[in-house]
Formats: sequence, C-alpha cells, structure tokens
Amino acid sequence: MNLFEHIGRYFGMLKSVFSRPEKGKVFRKMFFSEVDSIVINSIPLVAFLSVFMGGVISLQTAANMGSPLLPEYTIGYITRSSTILEFSPTIISLILAGKIGSNIASEVGTMRVTEQIDALEIMGVNSIGYLMFPKILATTLFLPFVVIISMTLCLVGGWIAGVQSGLYSTETYLIGIKAFWYEDQFYLYYALCKTMIFGFLITSIPGYFGYYTKGGSLEVGRSSTSAVVASSVAILVANYILTQLILV
Amino acid sequence: MIEVTDISKSFGETQILFDIDAKFTEGQVNLIIGASGQGKSVLTKCIVGLHEVDEGGAVLYDGRDFSAMNRSERIEIRKEIGMLFQGSALFDSLTVEENVAFPLKMFTDMSDAEMRERANFCLNRVDIIDKNSLLPAECSGGMQKRIAIARAIAMNPKYLFCDEPNSGLDPKTSILIDNLIKEITYEYNITTVVITHDMNSVMEIGDHVIFINEGRKWWQGNNEEIIRTDNKQVVEFVYASSFMKNLREKLING
Repeated sequence: MNLFEHIGRYFGMLKSVFSRPEKGKVFRKMFFSEVDSIVINSIPLVAFLSVFMGGVISLQTAANMGSPLLPEYTIGYITRSSTILEFSPTIISLILAGKIGSNIASEVGTMRVTEQIDALEIMGVNSIGYLMFPKILATTLFLPFVVIISMTLCLVGGWIAGVQSGLYSTETYLIGIKAFWYEDQFYLYYALCKTMIFGFLITSIPGYFGYYTKGGSLEVGRSSTSAVVASSVAILVANYILTQLILV
Repeated sequence: MIEVTDISKSFGETQILFDIDAKFTEGQVNLIIGASGQGKSVLTKCIVGLHEVDEGGAVLYDGRDFSAMNRSERIEIRKEIGMLFQGSALFDSLTVEENVAFPLKMFTDMSDAEMRERANFCLNRVDIIDKNSLLPAECSGGMQKRIAIARAIAMNPKYLFCDEPNSGLDPKTSILIDNLIKEITYEYNITTVVITHDMNSVMEIGDHVIFINEGRKWWQGNNEEIIRTDNKQVVEFVYASSFMKNLREKLING
C-alpha cells in the first residue's frame, strides 16, 4: 500500500471510531480504564524525564550566556519559554508516542491476529469504535494535564540544577520564570492545544496500524514499529503546521 | 436455516470460491470439510459477513438476505450468531466469566446479577465450574474451547459457527467438544455449521456434510453416506491413510 492509500484508510477508520458507542455504560468504564492505563501510568516516566530535561535546559542556557549585558534572570525566562513552547508538549509527546504507541499497536494487532477482533465483529460490536474511541478520547483530553505536570517539573528541574551548581540564585531564577508572563501566557494555551492534537495522533495512528495488522507475531512487531515511526513523524509535521497557524 | 446461493469470492486476481450453493438446516450439525487451503474458512467468513461475497452471490438467514444488508441491519442478524473460533478468540484481558458475559453486557439490559447468573449457567452447561475468575491464558486449550462455546451460546443464538473446534486438542477432548456441539444444537434447535478436517468429527456429528475442494462444492451427504461414497476426491481426502482405507473396506463389506 502506498502512503495515500494508508491516509485514505486511516480517515475511513476515523469515521467508524466516532460512531455512537453500543452501550454508554461500557464506554464510560473503558474510558476511565484507558485514562488510568494510558495517562496515569505515564506520569512517573514523564515526571522523571521532565526533571532531568529541565535541568539540562537551564544548564545549557546558563553555559551559553556569555554576555554580561544579558541579565541573569534570562536563564529562568528561556527555560520557561522553551519548556512551555516545545520541550514539554513535543518531546513528551514523542516519548509517549513510543511508549503508548507501541503498546496500542501491539495490543490491537495481537487482538487482530488472534481473531479477537473478528469475534467482536461477529457479535455485532463496532470493533473499531469499541477499541479505539475510549483510547483516543482519554489521551486527547488528558494528555494536556500530563504536559502541565511535565512543565512544572521541568521548571523545578531547572531550578534544582542551577542552584545546586551555583550558576544562579533561587530569586533570580524565579524572576526569570515570572518575567513577561502576561505577554507570554498565550504560549501555554498554544502548547495545550497542540498537545491535544498530539494526543489524538499518538493513539489513533498506532490504533490504525494495529487494527489492520495481517499475519502473525512478526507482523504485530512490524506494526508496532511502523506505528511509532508514523506517529512520531505525524507529531513533528503537525507541530510545524500548528506553529505556523497559531504562533506566526 | 441458512442458505447460500452462487457464492464466489476473489482476493484480487485470485479466485478462492466458485459458485457455491448450500443449505444448512436448523437442528442439525452441518459440516464443511475439505483439505487445508481449499476455501472452507473463506466460505464461512463469507457466510458470517467477515468477507464480502462477490457480486451475484447471496447469503440468506431464514430468508433474510444478509449479503444485501447494510451494517446496522447486519448487526441485528449478528446478535443471533454465535461463533467458536479456531484459536478460541477469548478476550485476553477479561476473566472467564467476563468473557461469557461480554455479549450480554453489550447487547442486553440485564443487571450484573442476571448477567452473572446467565454466564454461570452457560459455563455449567459446558462443564466449566469454579473457574470464573481465571484469565484465558490460565486455562488449557480444551477449557478455552468450552469457554468460547459458553460465550457463543450466551445470547441464545439461532446460528452457531465453529471453525475447526478440534484443532490442537487430544482425541478425548475433541470428542467432548464434538458431543457438546451436538447436544447444544439439538437442545436449542440451532443451525450449526462446523468447519473441520477431523474425520472423527465427521463420523460422530456429521448430520449433513459438504465437501469443498479447490473452492467448489464437490460433494454433499451425511456421515452414513460418506462411508459408501465412490466420489474419488472425497475418498482420497477422507480415507487418506491405509488404516482408514482398510476400515472403509470392512465397513462396506460388512
């Protein structure tokens, strides 16, 4: 299949995803289960990565601030801006595309090759909607909360790294964090908007690859790899388009 | 009754099925037999709508033209279908009881207690007792097949499809599964279609047997007639081993 056929089939699949669930009660239960397994379970990894990411951003910024004309609080300001604009929404989404994406593709792919999806269809269940809608909705709605946690911890990481290295004081860092916030708070809305789009991509694309898996365990592995690659590429392309549309 | 008329199926340039006509009567175990790769599974998937039949073919469930229906109309028919898959196809993440109760949960307004009661009834019917909280992976192959049968009958189906129900099972368990299918068919007056290449099953439960060869219906009859048939392809398939050939001669010659 070529790229355009994949894209066509992907949008065809989305039509079935958003059809009305068979049973609201079952859907709600699955939705909260997916919030737990996809979103809540990702928080420890996100927290760990965010603290170190924030530390590296602030240290690198400090290391590159050679000019005495630049005030020291610029380190905090740059750490905040780059965290909100790019590092938390995009890098965390890329990492989760690997973690969540491979999980979804292999789970759905295994269901396909072991005929569990056929069993759903035979029963009269809309298998695409049943399997994908709760996952997509859970990630799209709740990934922004994970990214807010990531942003906070990134800033904490930056503070710990800088202060313990003696590069700047807590007060200076906090001045930088708060600097120009009134003008820049739009960046936060932009970041959360794009995170929702990324959340949609990192579940729907792996779901697509898993759902259309053919063959056996080897193909499930291939689907999983393709899903991670495709969703990572989609995130980067969407990031560019959204930045162009919203920020520029 | 399920009736299929002029069913053909192609995948791209490759034609798998050629103009198959067949009737599967209710209250009978209808067998589709044939060697591997001859189109048995494709035929069944066409009948249940997992594959679309080529133009001109029709699948009728008690006179209702399933192949001409849209998705929502098909769902109503599918609620009357139970299917036992070759690999059981139990949902990995659900317990035995949840698997059996799954169709009830999706399509009925039963309370949790009523669903549990119905699930237990179906599990008891297939002799699965006190295993409700196990996961499918914790059950043996034979148990998985029986649980899948319990799930298939949970909604009181009018039609039951079994795709190689004995594959991977020992002879004793195979007979158990065959007998279970036969009993359920007679008990609930279900139209049962079984795909198999297990000759024990043919002799044991074959009320009506269709032999598929090279994508065509080659022969039909029952388990009595298959012993005496002189259809070359059927004889070569059923009596492939010298043991079976000797047995046939003894049966024919009394």
